[in-house]
Amino acid sequence: MPLTFNAKIFDDIEKGNKKWQENLDKVFGAKPERLTRFSTVSDREINRIYTPADVRDQDFAADIGFPGDYPFTRGVQPSMYRGRFWTMRMFAGLGSAKDTNKRFHLLVKEGQTGLSTAFDMPTLMGYDSDAPKARGECGKCGVAIDTLNDMEDLFEGLPIDKITTSMTINPPASIIWAMYIAMAEKRGIDRKVLGGTIQNDMLKEFIAQKTFMCPPVPSVRIIEDTVEFGTKEVPRWNTISISGYHIREAGSTALQELAFTLADGIAYTEKAIERGLDVDDFAPRFSFFFNSHLDFFEEIAKLRAARRMWAKIMKGRFKAKDPRSWWLRFHTQTAGCTLTAQQPYNNVVRTALQALAAIMGGTQSLHTNSLDEVLAIPTEEAATIALRTQQIIAEESGVANTIDPLGGSYFVEALTDQMEEEAFDIIQKIDDMGGMLSAIEKNFPQQEIADSAYHYQRQIDEKEKTVVGVNKYAVEEEIPVEVLEIDEELESLQIEKTNRVKTERDNQRVAECLEKVGDACSGKQNIMEPLIDAAKANVTLQEVCDVYRKVYGEYRDPGIY
Amino acid sequence: MKQKRRVRVMVAKPGLDGHDRGARIIARAYRDAGFEVVYTGLHQTPEEIVEAAIQEDVDMIGLSSLAGAHKYLFLAVVELLREKAADDIVVCGGGIIPDDDIKRLKESGVKEVFTPGTPLDDIVKWVKHNITPRQD
Repeated sequence: MPLTFNAKIFDDIEKGNKKWQENLDKVFGAKPERLTRFSTVSDREINRIYTPADVRDQDFAADIGFPGDYPFTRGVQPSMYRGRFWTMRMFAGLGSAKDTNKRFHLLVKEGQTGLSTAFDMPTLMGYDSDAPKARGECGKCGVAIDTLNDMEDLFEGLPIDKITTSMTINPPASIIWAMYIAMAEKRGIDRKVLGGTIQNDMLKEFIAQKTFMCPPVPSVRIIEDTVEFGTKEVPRWNTISISGYHIREAGSTALQELAFTLADGIAYTEKAIERGLDVDDFAPRFSFFFNSHLDFFEEIAKLRAARRMWAKIMKGRFKAKDPRSWWLRFHTQTAGCTLTAQQPYNNVVRTALQALAAIMGGTQSLHTNSLDEVLAIPTEEAATIALRTQQIIAEESGVANTIDPLGGSYFVEALTDQMEEEAFDIIQKIDDMGGMLSAIEKNFPQQEIADSAYHYQRQIDEKEKTVVGVNKYAVEEEIPVEVLEIDEELESLQIEKTNRVKTERDNQRVAECLEKVGDACSGKQNIMEPLIDAAKANVTLQEVCDVYRKVYGEYRDPGIY
Repeated sequence: MKQKRRVRVMVAKPGLDGHDRGARIIARAYRDAGFEVVYTGLHQTPEEIVEAAIQEDVDMIGLSSLAGAHKYLFLAVVELLREKAADDIVVCGGGIIPDDDIKRLKESGVKEVFTPGTPLDDIVKWVKHNITPRQD
C-alpha cells in the first residue's frame, strides 16, 4: 500500500502534469525543444518530468524499504557507507610478476584497500609465455603467470591473509586459484582464511568477452567444481564474479547488461543445485561485477534494480532461506569503452561521473579507469589520479554521508521499476529458450549485443549521441600524455624463467599430477585438489590447460557480426 | 562484358585478444556499404589469416587489435603476404595503436591505420577510394 498518496491525490497530480505539459507544448511550439527525442545512452526514452504518479504502484516497505532489508533496493548491508566506504580496488597487471608486484605495493601504499590482478592474454587463454601463440603478447596487457614461481613473485611481501585479492581470469581460473592456494599454504596460511574473488564466469565469455578455451558445457562443469570446492574448503572466497561489465563493453545496452548477467547467475545456480549443493551453502559466495557507464541515472537505476531482482530470484525461484543468499554484492568498474584517445584528460571527468553513479548505486568495490587506459596500460601517475578520484568522492564530496540518497526520487524509482520489469521479460525469453546455455548456443545474446553496438555507433556517426572531443568539440592535437611501454625484452626473460623452472622441477611428479588432473576431468572427481597438487609440483598453466583442451575439445568463435 | 566485381574485404582478429566489438561493427558497416565481407572470427594466427585471404581472393585485409600485440601481428601478416607473393592484398589496421607505432606500421607496409573515434562512413569512404576490386 503506497504510503503517502491516495487515489485522489494521483488524479490531481496527473491533471496538474497534463496542464503543465500543455503549457510547455505551447512554449516549445514557438521555440522547439533541444532534441526531438530525449533518450539515455542506451536509447531509452526519458520523459520531461516524473511525478508521484509514475511510482503510484510502488510500496515503500515491499519495494524500497531499508538498507540491509529484503529486497535490498537501497543496499545489501544495513550500514552501507556509514560503516565503511566501498573497497577501492584498482585493477593492475603489467609485464612480469615482479613489475606487477611493484605496482601492487605502490597502490597499497597510496591507500588502496584490496588487490586486483590483470593477466596477460596468453595467461588468460591458457598458454605459457613460450607458446608460439603467445608471441608478441607476453606481459602486454597484464601480468604473465606460467608457474607457481610467478605467483609467488606476484604476491611477494603482501599480506594475503589480511588483504583480499581479486583475479580477473576465466578459462584457467581454477588453475590460477589453485596456484594462489598453493602459494598461501607454502607460506603456512590456512586456505580457510583466504579472501578474494576469481572471475570464473565463462558464460559471459561466450556472450561478450570472448576469452574461451573449451566448449560451454565442460567450461561450466569446471566452474561448478570450483563452487563446490570453495563452499567446503575456502569459505571466504567468492567463487564466481558474475559479470555484466564485459557484456556492456561489447556494446550492450544497460538493460541487456542487467538481464544477461542475472540470467547467467540463474544458470550457475541451477547447475550447482543439480550437483546436489544446497543453495544457501554456495549462493552467499556468488558476487557480481557491473559496468558504470555514462548515463548517470540509468546506471543507478540498473544497480538498484539488479539488487532487488536478485533477491527476488534467490528467494522466490530458488527458495534460498539465508538472507546472505539474497544479497547481490558487486564490484563496479567505470566504462573503458567510453574513454577517448582524443583529449585524454577529459577521461578523468568521465570516470569521476561514472564512479559517482556506481557509488549512488551502492557498489561494494570500485575500479576507476585511468585517463590513459584507452591508449595503453596506465602509468603510475594516471593510476594514482584514478584512485584519488575515488578518494575525493568518498572523503570530500559528502555523497557517502547518507545511504541511497536517490531513493525516493520519482525519476530514479520509476526507472528502477521499468528496468526491473523489462529485464524480467528478457530473462523469461531466455528461460523459454531453455536457459542461458541454450540461448548462447542459439547466439541470442551475442546477436542482441552486436545489434545494440552497431546501433550506438551509428548514432554517434549521425551525431545523435555526442562524444565530446570526438564528434563534437574536436581539435587538432598531438596526444599529450605519456604512454607506458612494456619492455620487449620481457618476453625472452619470462620464457627463460619458465624454462628454468621446467628443468629444475621433478618431471616424474609433474607427469603423475597431470594424469590425476586428466582423470578428474574425464571422471566425476572434483578437479581442485589435483590442481593444487599440480601447482605445488610446478606444473605450468598451459600443461594443465592442454589437458582440459584434450579432454573437452576447443571452442571456436562462431564469428557473429 | 564482364560485370565488375564488388570490393571483397576480410575483417580479421589476429592473436589472442578477444575485443571484437570494433571488428564486428566494421564488418557490418562494410556489408551495409555493399562490400563482400569475410569475417574470420577471433583468435586467428597470421598464417591462418593470410591463407584464408588468398583462398577467398580478397582485395583488402582489415586487422583489428586492442591488446598491444599489433606490431608483431600486423607485421607478420604483411610479411607472410610478401612471402606468398600476395602483397597486392592491401593491409589496414585498427584499434588501440599509439601514434609512434602507426608510423612504424605504415613504413613497413600497412597502408592505413584507423584509431578509435573514426566515423564508420570515413572508413568506408577510404576503402571505396583506395581499393579497386580485382577482376575475376
